[in-house]
Amino acid sequence: MVTPVIQSDKSVAEFEPPAGRHAVPNSGRMADSIYRCVLFVASATILAIVLAIAVELTIASKPSIHQFGLRFFVTDSWDPVHLKFGAMSFILGTLYTSMWALLISVPISIGAAVFLSEIAPSWIRTPVSFLIELLAGIPSVVYGLWGLFVLTPWLITHVETPISNDKHLNHLWLFNSPANGSDFLAASLILAIMVTPYITAVSRDILRAIPNMVREGSLALGATQWETIRNVVLPYARAGIVGAVILGLGRALGETMAVTMVIGNADSHFNPALFSAGNTMASIIANEFAEASIDLYRSALTEIGLCLFLVTMLVNGCARLLIYFTAKDVQGGGRTA
Amino acid sequence: MTTQEPPAPNADWLMVRRNAVNVICLTAAGLCALVALGALSLVLGYLVLNGFKALHLSTLVLGQMPQGEPGGGLRDGIVGTLMLLAVAAVIGIPFGILGGVFQIESKGKFAWTVRFFTDVLNSIPSIVIGLFVYTLVVLPIAAAHPGDGYSALAGGIALGVIMVPTVMRTTEEILRLVPSSLREASLGLGATQWRTMFSVILPAARTGILTGVMLAMARVAGETAPLLFTAFGSNMFSVKLDKPIDALPIDIYNDATSPYNYLHAQALAGAIILISMILLMSLITRYALGNKVLEQK
Amino acid sequence: MPLHHVTPQSVPIVGATVLRPTFVVENLNFYYGSNIALKNVNISVATKQVTALIGPSGCGKSTFLRTLNRMNDLIDGSRVEGKVLLDGTDIYARNVDVVHLRKRVGMVFQKPNPFPMSIYDNISYGPRIHGVTKSSVLNEIVERTLQGAALWNEVKDNLKKSAFSLSGGQQQRLCIARVLAVEPDVILMDEPCSALDPNSTFRIEQLIADLSEKYTIVIVTHNMQQAARVSQYTGFFMMGSLREFGTTGKMFTKPDDKETEAYVSGRFG
Repeated sequence: MVTPVIQSDKSVAEFEPPAGRHAVPNSGRMADSIYRCVLFVASATILAIVLAIAVELTIASKPSIHQFGLRFFVTDSWDPVHLKFGAMSFILGTLYTSMWALLISVPISIGAAVFLSEIAPSWIRTPVSFLIELLAGIPSVVYGLWGLFVLTPWLITHVETPISNDKHLNHLWLFNSPANGSDFLAASLILAIMVTPYITAVSRDILRAIPNMVREGSLALGATQWETIRNVVLPYARAGIVGAVILGLGRALGETMAVTMVIGNADSHFNPALFSAGNTMASIIANEFAEASIDLYRSALTEIGLCLFLVTMLVNGCARLLIYFTAKDVQGGGRTA
Repeated sequence: MTTQEPPAPNADWLMVRRNAVNVICLTAAGLCALVALGALSLVLGYLVLNGFKALHLSTLVLGQMPQGEPGGGLRDGIVGTLMLLAVAAVIGIPFGILGGVFQIESKGKFAWTVRFFTDVLNSIPSIVIGLFVYTLVVLPIAAAHPGDGYSALAGGIALGVIMVPTVMRTTEEILRLVPSSLREASLGLGATQWRTMFSVILPAARTGILTGVMLAMARVAGETAPLLFTAFGSNMFSVKLDKPIDALPIDIYNDATSPYNYLHAQALAGAIILISMILLMSLITRYALGNKVLEQK
Repeated sequence: MPLHHVTPQSVPIVGATVLRPTFVVENLNFYYGSNIALKNVNISVATKQVTALIGPSGCGKSTFLRTLNRMNDLIDGSRVEGKVLLDGTDIYARNVDVVHLRKRVGMVFQKPNPFPMSIYDNISYGPRIHGVTKSSVLNEIVERTLQGAALWNEVKDNLKKSAFSLSGGQQQRLCIARVLAVEPDVILMDEPCSALDPNSTFRIEQLIADLSEKYTIVIVTHNMQQAARVSQYTGFFMMGSLREFGTTGKMFTKPDDKETEAYVSGRFG
């Protein structure tokens, strides 16, 4: 009869049939070869797609790279009529909106993660986690719609007009622009909302992975719960939380539709005033690509896409490394010889 | 260390302060969660309150009118989205599942590389994927057949590519949960590896894999950016693969950014329909399927 | 009234009573949700003595230990009936400051759980939290407690190194020093040697003997020989109840209860 085999987690590739038996007749072997071949081809295709993206984008950007070289990234001029393209305004727009989005979102996300992981009893934790993750499921275009119909009018009435009419405040570089509605402020706020569920969920998972013993050790010394969180739990999770934040950054950088709908789409020079309109790398592509009829124009936009591709790949790579190393650290729990 | 001494007055004040800080900070954390929930209710609340009002039967049933003429509906967009999802599924599901199975069946550098690049694929902004499919599919067709180019096929391919990493990751995770005793029993009986996978392991993981597929589809159903220059959108009813096709997210975008109020209302209705579709897919996976991750007979 | 060090002979034991105890537990019932985990426990813990709690796996001895510093409060759905009197005051009364309680009643856990900080910071953590800021005072505390935990000579040149760089036995002694730093009256030890090798176990048992001159110690152990070695009083738990309590000498030679006798002579457990 079949000899019982002990539980193992070897992959099938390493699994040997019981000694002295030919587990599979020859036709079976051929079928298995085809099987493995099919799997290999499928995986190789996936790999090829990613490489193809990089390659295709580079090829399509060639005319623009050829024409503008590295100046492309440091010139703040976008002139489709005279075919003079420089993407700096959009790069700055992307970085600027992402920066504000993170400044707003990170404290709230980490606070919510701490609440969910450390404070909330399970009958609160599950529904609230679920609801916050719902935020991640809302499509970008729907956020843009809300931003357009609700956020921008509200901002104009309650924030931007009062501030820009205020004789003291409207001299600051931050507010030195007429009330616009669709501007960097609206885009940053929407990005903050969109990025929060990701940072919260990942941070919460990291905090929950920290073994309870560490908390008990602190509490047993007579520390309050907050002292324990602040002095022991958060430092332990620090690298992973940074990873979660960088993950959020990665999403903010690539966010397209919601930003396009509320950022005002100005081709003009980058103005760091919160109430001025602008563009990000993603939004300029979304706005202008379909109408770009001239090769050089399209190629310049594609080059921006290539830049976006490289930047998000780098940022997400760093995030995953940080999270991966934290998870290993936490599970290992340090050395106990 | 006698226990009968009263605590020093300093110690008393310190305790009060520590307890106060504790309460304040824990409350602040709770407030953060509340703020996050508040944002959700602002967005969803507005949509629900105003979207259902704008949703009529005609919205679902009628096609588009030329801009400026009232009336009309989102039928084209709804049908278009379903078409695109179908094409996306044809690409995303096989590659995703096969990729996940490959990760289970093989270790080594190549498998690790594939997993790494799949993670990269997962983080590429969807508009860049749209650019890629444009360059790869739309341009060549436009060059060969002037006047053509934008197509439902191109849009579906873009969405399918976006789906692959999600399906692959969930398939792999689910397959890892299948007890190895199942595989060993099958192999021990003399079955081939592929038989074992297709007849024993995959069926056991069927529910979980379906969950992953549904979640991936829910994610791509709301994507607009990759469709902007692949499927392109259209104001005619179409189910042709080789012509531009309308899609619900595109409709929402165009309607919301148009200058007409009645189109704004239609955009809201569209948003409700889209969110309902996504919510329905997510809830089905979580509750009807999600409680049984593995089939147990 | 200052408390003297008392030797076993001068403290009469009548049944399960101890004169001048630190803890007096009266009719303690403990529930996890609807499951009862401790039934009607009555016990006294002698001051500056070592009380050992023994019994088979799952008999509730660890659960009982954790009721003494209210660590069980952290578990959802736990409930306590009865009284636990620390120097005459019920620690489960309404307005008791749990934080202060845990300063007075310290705990050493089964698996060493140093904080992810340096050796110095691990020990100064407690005093800092409780208001000590002067570095000269902290330095003194660190040295004193490390001496008290018999670890000073091994780490005195490397106080800034991570606590994780120590061996298991050293980490556990670090955890003991950490507890000493907050100047407790009682030290609870939950199977402190079960994760350690015999050498480290031996050193910690020596440490317990030294510590019991200044602190009241309650130690849970599944190792009967260890209980016999280190303690003056022993309590035997079985299935959530305290079956017998008395001097260690008596418990291991001529116990009154049949189950106790069966357990200590190795017939089960």
